[in-house]
Formats: sequence, structure tokens, C-alpha cells
Amino acid sequence: MANRAVILISLWLSVCAANSVERKIYIPVNATSPCVRLLNATHQIGCQSAMRGNTGILHLVANSSDLDWILSDGPNPPYIAVIEAPAFTRDILMRLKTNPRVSGVFLLSSDVPPSTNYSPDLKCPNEYFGVYTDDYGAEYLACNGTQWNPHGNSLSYEDFPFPVFNLMNSNESDVIRECYFNHNHPVNGTAPPFPLCAMQISAHMHGVTDTPTCMRRSSAQGGLSLSQDVMCDPLSDYNVWGSFHPVNQTGQVSAESKFIIAASRLDSRSFFWNEAPGADSPVSGFVTLLAAAQALRKVTDIQDLPKNILFMFFQGETFDYIGSSRMVYDMKLNKFPIALENIDSFVELNQVGIGAAIWMHSDPVSRRNETVNEEVVDLVKNLQEGGTETNLSLHEPSHTQPIPPSSFQRFLRERNIPGLVLTDHETAYSNRYYHSTYDTAENMGIKYPDNLSSEEKLNFVTETAKNISRLATTLARGLYRRAGGSSAPEDIEADPLLVSRMLYSFLIQPNNSWFESVLSSDLHTNLDKPLTFYVAVQSPVPVTRIVQQILGNVTGTVTNLTQENCTNGDQTLKGSYSYFWIDGDANKTESHCVQAYVWLTKAQSPAFHLKDYTSRAFSTWTESRWKDISARIYLVSSKQLEIITLVTGIGILALSFLVTFLLSSKSDILFSTIPDTSPAAY
Amino acid sequence: MTVAVFFGCTFIAFGPALALFVLTVAKDPLRVIVLIAGAFFWLLSLLLSSLVWFIAVKASNENDAQLQKTLIIFGVMFSVLLQEVFRFAYYKLLRKAIEGLSALSEDGQSPLTVQQMAYVGGLGFGIMSGAFSVVNILADSAGPGTVGIFHDSQYYFLTSAFMTMAIILLHTFWSVIFFDGFENKRWWAIMAVIATHFLVSGLTFLNPFYEVSLIPAYVIMVVMAAWAYFTSGGSFENLQHFFTRKKLQ
Repeated sequence: MANRAVILISLWLSVCAANSVERKIYIPVNATSPCVRLLNATHQIGCQSAMRGNTGILHLVANSSDLDWILSDGPNPPYIAVIEAPAFTRDILMRLKTNPRVSGVFLLSSDVPPSTNYSPDLKCPNEYFGVYTDDYGAEYLACNGTQWNPHGNSLSYEDFPFPVFNLMNSNESDVIRECYFNHNHPVNGTAPPFPLCAMQISAHMHGVTDTPTCMRRSSAQGGLSLSQDVMCDPLSDYNVWGSFHPVNQTGQVSAESKFIIAASRLDSRSFFWNEAPGADSPVSGFVTLLAAAQALRKVTDIQDLPKNILFMFFQGETFDYIGSSRMVYDMKLNKFPIALENIDSFVELNQVGIGAAIWMHSDPVSRRNETVNEEVVDLVKNLQEGGTETNLSLHEPSHTQPIPPSSFQRFLRERNIPGLVLTDHETAYSNRYYHSTYDTAENMGIKYPDNLSSEEKLNFVTETAKNISRLATTLARGLYRRAGGSSAPEDIEADPLLVSRMLYSFLIQPNNSWFESVLSSDLHTNLDKPLTFYVAVQSPVPVTRIVQQILGNVTGTVTNLTQENCTNGDQTLKGSYSYFWIDGDANKTESHCVQAYVWLTKAQSPAFHLKDYTSRAFSTWTESRWKDISARIYLVSSKQLEIITLVTGIGILALSFLVTFLLSSKSDILFSTIPDTSPAAY
Repeated sequence: MTVAVFFGCTFIAFGPALALFVLTVAKDPLRVIVLIAGAFFWLLSLLLSSLVWFIAVKASNENDAQLQKTLIIFGVMFSVLLQEVFRFAYYKLLRKAIEGLSALSEDGQSPLTVQQMAYVGGLGFGIMSGAFSVVNILADSAGPGTVGIFHDSQYYFLTSAFMTMAIILLHTFWSVIFFDGFENKRWWAIMAVIATHFLVSGLTFLNPFYEVSLIPAYVIMVVMAAWAYFTSGGSFENLQHFFTRKKLQ
């Protein structure tokens, strides 16, 4: 505790001076992203460090042969494995996980995707929370029949006893490599002499064991002390929904009203916290849906169709269908204007960005019902008509194949609704990097010619955008036909430029002139980095609000309300419309108010509403809290030098006492010219 | 294990001061008061010099590295001067105190002589000065890292501790010589104290060439120790007696 006191004193004495010594010792590593701990009803996953961080000597792992040094040969454990991107495999991580000589893992990530498939997610995503149970399509349980993500290595669902960080900055990576090669690199199998390069990684997680434990401890502490000491928070955000017809948000629609739901998901994840580029999943899906909405907006009789089209964007689907399960739960409890019985049919867009062919999946179990089967066949026909017009190849997979993991499964659990899930894969995912950091624009084949400025890239229509807008056109026409539209659907055409702009903004650079012209000004801030699609615990995340406002833009109308009336909402129409104030910029758009029927609803798992933390029907995922996420590198001196310092110190202390005692006891001799002196001067 | 470095350096820097305090100061309350007051006077000088330095930095261009380096040298020199001014002020105060103490005591003699006060007050000066120069270094010596990632010497903590020990002892000797100089109007002794103080402080600017700063500092310390010994009644004869007596025992 002595050094603790000294640290406090020194901090109090002079912050500046303390920093200058610290700067001599440590190089902070800033551009990192941690693996954090998540908890569900039965497990904890993710990573953990000691309270004050894990420390260890750096060792670079470029391939599996470098592992032996860490696992058995190196003389100075514990080690922190600095892993080059290609070596970040399940095999290597699992060998590190079980070895006590490892105190942490530090990944030097690269932009170049691996040549092999890489997905840290499960082989069978959202396995136990879909529609297939022992009572319903038991033969399809646990992906029996089709393994959707066969290359998934489930690293994201492992529990590591040490911290794992991802470093995304190449300059900082070079500093770490340099420190390793200057000090630590073994020559001819022998370790170089001290000082060695070491690292401290801090990511101490407060939550432990599982969600029930964590929630119990959080509430117990809250009851005892005034300061609520919460250990973990439920993963939650908001679903976005909207339509062309005004639907009273607080009331209930009549039983005769029929709604076609066009849905997509909004979230993704990867091994690391808040690192979820999510190109094919979910961006390709919701961009298609937004483009289809914009195409339908142009139809004159869109508000007078026999059936209403409802757009829904679900959050948190990655974590056992948080958004859709909450939506279904609210519908059942009449907390949502539309009941399950009002749903005519369901079309969901899943991953649709890779390849040109689109597959329409349906649930074989529900199609055993004759009426439902007819409706599905009709829906397929509606879409295929559009496909023929737009020259898009739409196929149906085998009718014995189960429906892939999708929000629609949560609706099927409650009611036998005719529906389709549109994807770019027939069986296994064509996305090679499902829920990994490599699911980027490049993965979807988005390429720009060289030498384009960012503004030119924003307005460049890529091949991928053309494919997606063709699908959006097909979808829009299919929905229009399904809704009973009578006029020529040939006029319905999605805008490839809009699709291209959306893809550029969501996947590459959100800080651009188009986002500025369609989003309210409070969303323009913090758009410097590419967007990330992790659902998170603070809500709503920027993506949710951006999608809400774009949906408002493509489905709504511009009104002449003043800014004050706009931000407060037009009182006379309150409950029917939502309003967004868009600040114009100097050269292009004028400030205006968008009026749209677009809303957010809570996307928090019903398990937390019911306080049933061991629920097997609803998602129970929570994210542990933490205080400090940091990493820094430094040198450590040898044990010998440390012991020498200590022994010298003790020697000097002992010698001082001895000499002082001798001098002061004999001071009458030493200082004899001064009479009556008591021991004084040296 | 870096706790070893922390304790090692603490013992090196403050071991002699601790021994002197425990064996020669702690048992007499009056000496403790004089020591604390000495430490307080040193703190006052630090307060003033840091104020001046702070204003100088704020008033100048903070991004001009060359200018800031010059300012630090100027600041240190100014601080040395201020410390000596406060040493003088403390001497004046102690003289008044001795008058008062003599008036109070029965035999008309102060319980502490000027030399004793010089020694105890100087130790107070030294302890506070040492604490300020080394405490933040000690805090970071506890680890987990050690200096060196920017190619600095790995002996940084060790040399800092030894330098601090020298500074503490030097302040003690300087006070003895300085007070004696004023008592006996030996102005050259005062000049020598101020000059060596400037010299030792200036030497630290030669870091990280620790041999160049540490060795002269220790040579000066030994010279000052000898000088202080002779000003406070020591002689070669006494030393001879000391060693022979010891052998007899």
C-alpha cells in the first residue's frame, strides 16, 4: 500500500511531473478495440483482464511455429501473444486459451481479408431462439438439414480468461513490431538479455458467470447503497418502423386492416466490441429495403392500396432476435398498433449483397398448411413477375429446406404467416466473412475507379449498387402487386444513385455531403469513422437514427413548418407523424422539415421486461460494464537489476544508521572544542 | 517484483536522512520543530519559484522548444537563488528564536546552539527538497514498466535516488556553512555555498550522462561535509581520537 500512497501524493503534488516520468516509461496504444464480456442466461463469453490489467512480455506470432516459445520454450513467462492477422485462427487461440503462460492476446489487424473463409460466429446462428423446436419442425432443429454458416469457428462465443485486443492503426502496429524486434526476438533459440519489451492490457469486466447472477448482484447493490453499482446492461436499442398510410401510433388498427411487412435487420457483430462493419449483413438488406421504399413512394395511389405496406428494421437480431422478439411480444400484448392477426404476409431481406442470384426461402413446416402454401406461392409469383421485368434471377431453394435464421422466425413462432426470406445464398451463406471484421464494402465487391475524390465516389454508381437497386425494384413491384396495386408497376423503379450513396455512406465514409443533406444536424457530429453496427447498450445508436431519418426522407413529405414547430412536432397531427428538421448547407439544400410516418419502438428483449433472466424463449444477452480499456507498451528490467537496487537500498539504510549512531554517540570527541555539545552536526 | 525497485530507491534516497532524523532529531521536540520549519521555508521558496516559472511559461510561446529549455534553466537558477534567500530568512528567524529561547531558559543560554539549528534546519530543507525531486519518480518506479523504451538509460531510477541522497546531505552541510558564515561574517563561505548550489543544480542538466553529474555532485558533497565538520568544531586531532578510541574498545 506504500506505493499507492506515494502515487496519490505525487498526483496531488504535480500532475505534470508525474506525467513526464510516465511518458519516459510508457507508450500508450490508442487505436485499439477490446473483446468484452457478454453474458446470457447460462454463459459468459468474451474476455477478461485482472483489475489493474494483465502484463506480459511481448512475443510476435506470425505462424503456429512461433507458438512454442510462448507455450513452452520461452524463459520469461507470462507472455502476451502479439498476433499477425493471418495467424488469428481458432486453432492458435484455443491453444493459447488453455495455457497459463499466456496473459493476453494482441491482434495486429490488417485490411487485407484472409484468403480462406473466416467467420467468428456460430455454425448455426441463433440456434435455440428460432422457430424450430421439438414441437415444430423438430427435424430442422439445430441446423439439422442445412448448416448456414459452415465456416463459423464460434470464436466470438468462447470465454477467454485473458484480454484480447485488436489494433487497427498500422503506425502503432509498427511501433509494437519494432519494440519486439529490438528487444525480444530470440536469436538461434535463445532469449535476448533484459530489458525486454512488455505490454499491459486493461479490460477488467465487472459482470461474471451469467445474466441472472449479474442482474441479481446489480440490484442487490443498488438496494444497499445510494450509488447504483450496475455490473451489466441488457443489449438493447430501438426498432425502426414506418409506412405510407398514417397509422395512429397510440391506438390499435381495426381487425380488417391488412399489412404486408417488409423487414430487415440493423445489426451485426464481430469478435471485438463495436467493430462490426456489417456490409453483407445487415447493410445490403436494409439498403435494399430503403431503396424499395423510395421507389414505392413515387406511386400515386400508394396511400389507397387495399393492403398497407409496413417497413420494419429490427435491432439486436444478432443476439437471439432481440428486436423481432420484442416486436412480436408487444403485438401480442396490444402495445403495438398492429396485431399479429393484421399481418397479411412477410417479406424479409437478409444478406443480399454478394452475387447476382437471389433465393426466396420459405418455411416448409408452415407450408404444410394448404392456405398458407397458396399464399406463399402467390407471394413468390408476385416477386417473380418483377424479377422477370428487371431481369433478376429469383429462385426458390428445395421445399424441404428450412428457413435460414431470420426475424421472420420469431413471427412464425406465434402465427402461421405466409412469408419469404430473400438472401444471396441457396444453402450455406455466400458471405465468407459473416459477422467478422472483414465483412466490408470490399466483401460485397464495391469497387471505385482509381483517382476519384470522395465526392465523386459518393456519386459513382457501382455494379453492386446496380444489382441491389434491381433487387429493390423487384421487391417494390412485388410488394405493390401483393398490396393490390392496379396501375402499371413498370413505373416503379429504384434509384441506383441512391443505393450507391447509401452503400458509400454506411460502409465507407459517413461524413459526406449527402448525409449532411438528409440527416438532422445532431447526427452529423461523430461521423468521422465508418459506422459500426453493434447493437450496444446505449440507445439509440447512430445507425438506428440514421435509418429512421432516411426512411423518413424516402417515404415522407417536405412540409413548410418552421424549425420550432418542426422540432416540437405539429400538435394537431401529433401521434400520426414524426418530424425531422434538416439543416440545409450553404450551397445545396435549404433547411426544411420532413414529415413522415416513421417511428422507433423499444428493442429490448422481453426477458428483461418480464425479469425472467433465465428465459429460454427470449434473448438474455447483457454486456458487462467496465471502467478502463487501455493498452501500453514499456520495457521491463531484469530481476537481477531489481534485486541489486533493493539490496543497495537496504545496505545504504543500514550503513546510515550505523554511521549516524557511531558519530552521535562519539560526538563529544568529534566536536570537542565546543563545550557541552549534545550530538549535533554530522 | 518492481516493488523491489520502489523500496530500493526509497531507501537509497531517504535512508541517510531517516537515520539522521531518528537518531539525532526525533528525541528533542525543539529540534523537530526547527526541522519542520526548515522544510516549510524550503516549500515557500518552491512556491515562489514555481509561480515565477509558471508565469514565464504562460507568457512565452509554449510551442517553442528551444525557448522552453532556456526557461527551465532560468527557472532552476532562479529557484536556487530563492532557496538561498529563504535560507537567509530562516537564519534571521532562528537568530530571533535563539534570543527568545535564551530569555526563557533558566541559565540564560539557548537550549540549541546556532550550529545545531543550522544542522537540523538544513536537514529539513534537504528532506523537503529531496521529496519533491524524487517522489514522482518513485511513484512510477513501482511499475510495471521501467525507463528505456525511448532508449533512455535503465539506471534512471537508481541514479535519481543517488542524486536525491546527495541533495539532501548537501542541503544539510550548506546550512551549517551558511549559518556559520553569517555568524562569523565569512562572506566567501556564503558565496561558496551559493556557487556550489548553482553548480550542482546546473550539473543535472547534463543528464542523461549520469557519471558527469553524479560524480562531481558527490565530490562536492564530500568537500562540503569536511568543511561543515571543521566549522562546527571538528579537527584532525578529534578524528584521530575518534578512531583510536574506537580501536581501543
